[in-house]
Amino acid sequence: MSTATERDEVVKEPSMLKQKEMIADNYDRLTRAKELGLKVSSTYVPGNLNELVMCFDMLNNLPEINAIQNGMRKKSGGLIMDAEKMGHSEDVCTYVKADIGNMAKGAIAPNGKPMPVPDLLLLSYTGCFTFMKWFELLRDQYGCRTVMLHVPYEGDGKITQNMRDYVVKQIKEEVIPTFEEVSGIKFDIDRLRENLRKSAEAEDNFVWVLESAKNRPSPIDAYFGGVFYIGPIFTAFRGTQDAVDYYAILRKEIEGRLAAGEGPVTPEGDMTEEKYRLVVEGPPNWTSFRDFWKMFYDEGAVVVASTYTKVGGVYDYDGFRHDPDRPLESLADYCLGCYTNRNLPTRVDMIEGYIDQYQADGFLVNSIKSCNSFSAGQLMMMREVEKRTGKPAAFIETDLVDPRYFSPANVKNRLESYFQMIEQKRRGGGPPARAA
Amino acid sequence: MRKVSEIVEFCQGLCEDLTFAAAREWKDAEPGRKVVGYMPVYVPRELIHAGGMLPLGILGGGDNLEVIHGDAYYQSYICRIPRSTVELAVTKRLDFVDGMLFPSICDVIRNLSGMWKMMFPEVYTRYFDVPQNYEDEIGGKYYQHELMELKQGLEGVCGRKIGDDDIRRSIDLYNENRRLVNAVYDFRTKEPWKAPSWEVYLLIRAGMVLPVEAHSQLIEEYLDAAEAEDRPMRDNCRIILQGSFCEQPPLNLIKSIELAGCYIVDDDYMLVTRWLLKDVPSDGDPIRNLAQAFIKHSTETAAKYEPDGARKGKYLIDAVRTRAAEGVIFAAPSFCDPALLDRPMLANALARENISYISFKYAENSGQMQPIREQAGTFADTIKLWGEA
Repeated sequence: MSTATERDEVVKEPSMLKQKEMIADNYDRLTRAKELGLKVSSTYVPGNLNELVMCFDMLNNLPEINAIQNGMRKKSGGLIMDAEKMGHSEDVCTYVKADIGNMAKGAIAPNGKPMPVPDLLLLSYTGCFTFMKWFELLRDQYGCRTVMLHVPYEGDGKITQNMRDYVVKQIKEEVIPTFEEVSGIKFDIDRLRENLRKSAEAEDNFVWVLESAKNRPSPIDAYFGGVFYIGPIFTAFRGTQDAVDYYAILRKEIEGRLAAGEGPVTPEGDMTEEKYRLVVEGPPNWTSFRDFWKMFYDEGAVVVASTYTKVGGVYDYDGFRHDPDRPLESLADYCLGCYTNRNLPTRVDMIEGYIDQYQADGFLVNSIKSCNSFSAGQLMMMREVEKRTGKPAAFIETDLVDPRYFSPANVKNRLESYFQMIEQKRRGGGPPARAA
Repeated sequence: MRKVSEIVEFCQGLCEDLTFAAAREWKDAEPGRKVVGYMPVYVPRELIHAGGMLPLGILGGGDNLEVIHGDAYYQSYICRIPRSTVELAVTKRLDFVDGMLFPSICDVIRNLSGMWKMMFPEVYTRYFDVPQNYEDEIGGKYYQHELMELKQGLEGVCGRKIGDDDIRRSIDLYNENRRLVNAVYDFRTKEPWKAPSWEVYLLIRAGMVLPVEAHSQLIEEYLDAAEAEDRPMRDNCRIILQGSFCEQPPLNLIKSIELAGCYIVDDDYMLVTRWLLKDVPSDGDPIRNLAQAFIKHSTETAAKYEPDGARKGKYLIDAVRTRAAEGVIFAAPSFCDPALLDRPMLANALARENISYISFKYAENSGQMQPIREQAGTFADTIKLWGEA
């Protein structure tokens, strides 16, 4: 059982320490890449081909993660304003501007050392239009090689053979040859198979962890806690032994919490009372992440399922796993199936299913100004989910890494009203019960 | 022969008619006729036409539509075209449209395709994806399959097979239309005082509503009438307008730029009419020909990936040279991801060539033109006073 001795002391479970060590080691390798003789590829979280990148002994640098790191360290606001002064519109994605602002300041990594200039930009254009322009902008700055992987959108809610063939062909005929050229290492499909096997092993435990939230009380928070759980599988560790070990440790911890009937770990210790079970759509705010989370756990609200934890790969909804027997096809299916690459009707079906399977009390949308891929259509999704499930839904607006768009009083106010609404719904619309 | 003013008045009527009366009349003229709507930036209209259907360009509601319902579908930080398009639909102004195509332009229009599926399940709705890979054997093959799938979907709407000869005939008609549209642009480049941009805009916009045959005739008529009319040449500078390929500006914005002393000698309005840069061959496999035309000879715009970093913005610099423009005005809709993300790269490319530019944003219902007139006027003065002689 975890406890917090002080308000500001974040409780560390073994899995957290393991992940912290993995991240620190990765940033260390990235920032010492030149010294270590390693090549670096930059790519995005959704549709990242980490198993493949590792076949060429290259490191994987993810600009969204760097922007998140700067957001959580309260540095992104200044970086965004710097990018706006350089001519980037106030209307566009703040991940992009935080990244470009950071580049202008020497591309400093969270360990305080400068990031290397990437040897290759792997533009995995999956589920987000901005990705395409973002890497054009980076290419403009770095002048390095770029290889594009265009992943078609699941407009009709399914993967067609044409889509799969198109992605596989690009991987075979464009992505792999470019990596071979940049790295000087010949592609070895058996190495890829081995990486994919490790991915699938980690994915099994990851899904088990997510689905543990079906229990009452939920031993996890699948949104605020969830962003830590997705860390390894969504980033530079999928396909590594480290990721396999991390999810085994995490699962063991959650099994322990389940057996003890414990709720989720929060930055202030264990959550004792589970009053509201929510499904949340949309990414979190990063600049005030902890304050945002506190607004939930202070009220006894637990997020039992979230769509953000599917943005870098959907493993629970239709059971996808990376498959060593279909290496390139399963990489294609992975890219095609990422959450924001699925059409709105599918997204609504997924959310409806989560509300039912996880016995949620309500549905909350955290609408992100920066992210049209998530946000456009969310108001309609909300109404549709409410109509289908009869559960109350609510809508708040924040941003990813632009602190100007996080208004704590407004968000808190809305959340408190929402929790009251859930209470009211439970009572069948009657007045609050009076104390005896 | 009609005078220019009469032709333009007719086109303006089409542009401002939010009931789409002309398209409704076309549909009602014969039983069984179908209408397929499409949004910016490109769809192969040839395939719709080949099925005996009317391709109808849906470009939002403009500045005459009061958006009431549409705002309930979108947050304040999302552009206006999807909300006014939803408004058109929920107020039944599009109730005669049998199919809707949502091209691959940005995440907002992409997600609107899913909303449409949920709102209007009886309407054939397709997100029309195009390749960002331009290799024959990769993107080309993928696109051919996509076109075949689209053709099959459209066959479901029109209720018959669409044959190769049907497509070939349509390819010919659209080739002719494209040549005429380009002729209008060339005419305006040569004598911009004879073809003011707000007129050209309305003329090309008429092609979003009219059948291609009627639109081609209308262009020919305009070219003859405009050539015959004597209009005074003004001491305006020559600029290219860039970034308005999706949500349309109010007509007054185009007029304001011209009134401020700028001849617009090129633009990216309604790119669907000029997307393909060469005639599509009408012999051989028509689907393959359409795919090849897209892969090999299509225009550059922000919705497309530029594989070669060194070529980024080159098309705009080339346009400045070939249209003898003196500067570029970036006029993008607020919250337009493609235009606004692309702009810094294009601006850098222009700066490297010492080409002047300014930027502003608009919405389709922007009402205040004074700031735009002042900005464009100052830009024109700057070019006239300090530009190279």
